[in-house]
Amino acid sequence: MEKNPSIDIDYVANLARIALTEEEKKTFSGQLGDVLGHIEKMNKLDVSGVEPTAHAFPLENVWQEDRAKNGFSADEALANAPATREQMILVPKVVE
Amino acid sequence: MEYEGVIGLEVHVQIKTESKMFTRAPAGYGAPPNTLTDPVVMGLPGVLPVMNKKAIDKIIKAGLLLKCEIAEVCKWDRKNYFYPDSPKNYQISQYDQPICEGGEVEIELPGPSRNVMGEHRMVALTRIHLEEDVGKLNHFDGDSLVDLNRAGTPLMEIVSEPVMHSGDEAFAYLTALKQAMIYAGISDCDMEKGQLRCDANISVRPQGSEILGTKVELKNLNSITGVKNGIDYEIKRQIKAIQTNEPIVQETRRWNAEGGFTSAMRSKEMAHDYRYFPDPDLMPVRVDKEWIETLKAELPELPFEKQRRYQEEMGLPYTITSVLVPDRNLCDYFEEAITDDLKPQAVANWIANDLLRELSNAGRDITDCPIKPTSIAELIRLVDKGVISSKIAKDVFLEMFASGDSPDRIVEKKGLKQSSDTGELTDICNDVISANPKSVEDFQNGKENAINFLKGQVMKATRGKANPKVVDDLLRQILTS
Repeated sequence: MEKNPSIDIDYVANLARIALTEEEKKTFSGQLGDVLGHIEKMNKLDVSGVEPTAHAFPLENVWQEDRAKNGFSADEALANAPATREQMILVPKVVE
Repeated sequence: MEYEGVIGLEVHVQIKTESKMFTRAPAGYGAPPNTLTDPVVMGLPGVLPVMNKKAIDKIIKAGLLLKCEIAEVCKWDRKNYFYPDSPKNYQISQYDQPICEGGEVEIELPGPSRNVMGEHRMVALTRIHLEEDVGKLNHFDGDSLVDLNRAGTPLMEIVSEPVMHSGDEAFAYLTALKQAMIYAGISDCDMEKGQLRCDANISVRPQGSEILGTKVELKNLNSITGVKNGIDYEIKRQIKAIQTNEPIVQETRRWNAEGGFTSAMRSKEMAHDYRYFPDPDLMPVRVDKEWIETLKAELPELPFEKQRRYQEEMGLPYTITSVLVPDRNLCDYFEEAITDDLKPQAVANWIANDLLRELSNAGRDITDCPIKPTSIAELIRLVDKGVISSKIAKDVFLEMFASGDSPDRIVEKKGLKQSSDTGELTDICNDVISANPKSVEDFQNGKENAINFLKGQVMKATRGKANPKVVDDLLRQILTS
């Protein structure tokens, strides 16, 4: 079997804001490497005659008119928040 | 060596709509925190975003106003990043296929004085794309609070080419952009409400060089004046750094408006890596000619086009047009007031001087003006026809503003009609002449000015109601007979 491309697992974990144990790093490096290997295989296909597409159906201009509907109440909006204050979601200090 | 600043601006403008960009939760400013959300805004699993037609109409209008190429087809991309202002961990934006490309904004640089028109030039645009706004973070000492009311609001990003060179130019650019957007009803552009936000990319280079220097991104420019001052400071700082052999590093700096300086923001641990990819939940937008034609028909005249029309076709001076043109409502009012029988300047003078003064004293806006535009025209006609003097007209105007009554009614009610009744006036003139022998003698000895004093006395006796021309004729007639 072809050797899979290596992946910088620390970089990927940092982008996703998740902390991984050494064990997990090993597992996910392998799994993500497999995915990249698969993509690399597909990259070898000649797709010069195929239009890039993100959708299975050639639909365009799927929209609605600009009419507002009622959404969530503040209580509903905050139902999943681990912590709140002053009707806002409380998060650890983030510096811009 | 002489150095010059090079500035490109990224301006975010919220598009005025009732609902959000990709869902029909209500959009707006000032609602209690987290009351303008729904499952799409909150990024809950299983939701499907659906475009807001009005927002697309409006960005195309913006593009047409600013002479952009409108793409036949454009698509949506996900910009991936993790930050508490974005619950679904990506922002829907446009990466490689923006809806508007190119374009230009006409600006007016400051003139030698406020009363003199400055130089006009074009600022080239790179692109305008559509995206969704993110939530608002409120920072405190130990934590941050997130309000997602703003999240999902339609947001245009207008990117200029690096072609501006001073704070004044950036100021003129933002002013022109803002006025055009307000004219077309695309956005209210209130910077205090975050409806218009601006970041500046600034570098310096030796004068005449074509190569761009190291770029610094300047943030926290919260007002148009802040943009101007922040840019001017940053250009000076960079030139000084070069002259003292200090390196300029590519970084993001923050404008401190109170202190009047910029400072480096804590650098991120790594460069941005947004891993853009096409959003599979959204279908592309195709813009055909018919759609564009429909929107073209709804475009307003641009502010500078209007100003040229006022100056060239109506003969209005710059001092007046520079007051009227920035406010579209004021221009609409003016255009409703003018008719073929009136001199546009007479109408414009009343609006730009008297009406604006009274509105400002009363703390009112032109959209809430007690005087109808047709009443201004009526007032001018009363003066033109000699029914009232221009001095009395000022009083009638104040009464119109206070009561909302028509000038005809006020003149009638208060008995302000100018007197041209020569019988009554002759008596008054004779009285004034016998009471002021000194002035009469002066006049008869060739002192032309003396008659003005006598005229003034007659006007006083008639409480301003006499027709000055008639009084003049009568006095001369009596004194020379």
